[in-house]
Amino acid sequence: MSDDVSLAKEPRDAPPAAEELVVLADVNKHFGALHVLQDINLTIHRGEVVVVIGPSGSGKSTLCRTINRLETIDSGTIAIDGRALPAEGRELARLRADVGMVFQSFNLFAHKTVLQNVTLGQVKVRRRGRADAEERARALLDRVGVANQADKYPAQLSGGQQQRVAIARALAMDPKVMLFDEPTSALDPEMINEVLEVMQQLAREGMTMVVVTHEMGFARSAADRVVFMADGRIVEQAEPHQFFDNPRSDRAKDFLSKILHH
Amino acid sequence: MFDFLDLERYDLFGAFWMTVQLTVFSAIGSLVWGTALVAMRVSPVPVMRAFGTAYVNIIRNIPLTVIIIACAQGLYFTLRVDMGSDDQSTAYFRLAVLGLSAYTATFVCEALRSGINTVPMGQAEAARAMGLSFVQVLWLIVLPQAFRSSVAPLTNVLIALTKNTTVAAAISVAEAALLMKEMIENEAQTLVIGLLFASGFVLLTLPTGLVLGWVAKRVAVKR
Repeated sequence: MSDDVSLAKEPRDAPPAAEELVVLADVNKHFGALHVLQDINLTIHRGEVVVVIGPSGSGKSTLCRTINRLETIDSGTIAIDGRALPAEGRELARLRADVGMVFQSFNLFAHKTVLQNVTLGQVKVRRRGRADAEERARALLDRVGVANQADKYPAQLSGGQQQRVAIARALAMDPKVMLFDEPTSALDPEMINEVLEVMQQLAREGMTMVVVTHEMGFARSAADRVVFMADGRIVEQAEPHQFFDNPRSDRAKDFLSKILHH
Repeated sequence: MFDFLDLERYDLFGAFWMTVQLTVFSAIGSLVWGTALVAMRVSPVPVMRAFGTAYVNIIRNIPLTVIIIACAQGLYFTLRVDMGSDDQSTAYFRLAVLGLSAYTATFVCEALRSGINTVPMGQAEAARAMGLSFVQVLWLIVLPQAFRSSVAPLTNVLIALTKNTTVAAAISVAEAALLMKEMIENEAQTLVIGLLFASGFVLLTLPTGLVLGWVAKRVAVKR
């Protein structure tokens, strides 16, 4: 609606910034005996949309969750905007505020209204005044198409609406990068598109995004790069049309042959 | 039948008023301390978790009578802790509140901990991912929902506390049970006196249970 409510920092038409925003180097992680992340090297540039796909248990969600340290790593380094991810405390909290996250199960605060969900972080972390925070929250809710639900509680909303509120909640923090951990996997089929449309719009506006998903249509149309993971490794990365039309690895060919024929 | 009930001689209302005061002050004390204990029990700091766990498991397994008498004998006589009062009966009242709070807090802590378990992990994760600190996550997201779903178990704790105040009679705090003992000694109507005091307590706790049962339904978090 209004012009001052840009969802992202800069439009995509700006000169291509090759600046490195998220850098994972030699990242390893184990869950007990299971080596879930094996020597992961991945760089995400400012304004880039990276879609991570792969079979279940390939480590893609874990990868996504290490970027804001919801999962710790055993070795390697992760840097966001040139700063290494701190281990604990205030520094880590500050860095997390710059990384928006959208979860599979929405995770809205059940005892707070939609509006309160979107203002909380602004007031408590960004130290914005309540009036400013509410204005921004209403504008963002309008952008994701749930402005008329502002005073309801999460349980009164459909899954698709809840997930769009969750996106607004993350955007309210003015994040440098947005992480989406299977954002449509818990949704009824008819609600998937309303969420994907919001994400498409975000991508078009130049938001840096890491999206773990099974939505191949979204990967094809919105991604700058597709990262294919299997058994804890990044097996292949390529531009979407190249990856879907001409996968190089057998693992990717096998995966695609199983999902694309229905 | 009620000839024995000489209100000039026996301060029945005063005694029950003392019971109410013991209950209210101990309820506040145990709610504050119990909340602090549960914060320790779920904190990421191992030393605090260990302290919280040890405190709860030791204190809740000691008979209340022992705790109350320890407050009087140990704190007052041995360590000269007079709780800021020269008057012994005031000091005993305060020590009884201290003992009741220290004991009841363990049950408050465990009721709240079961409430915390009703809050989906993901909400705390989302709050952390937003940049909130541990204390903020607990105070803004987890505890408000934990309290709302713990109203029913906390009501049980409050009713138990109301009746447990009778243990303060052991250190001569002039509450209902002490008066009952005195009246039974002086009068011949044991059964009637017993019934009188029993109804007094039911009169205190029954409305508490009904009101808080209604509150529990009102504040429940819809999921």
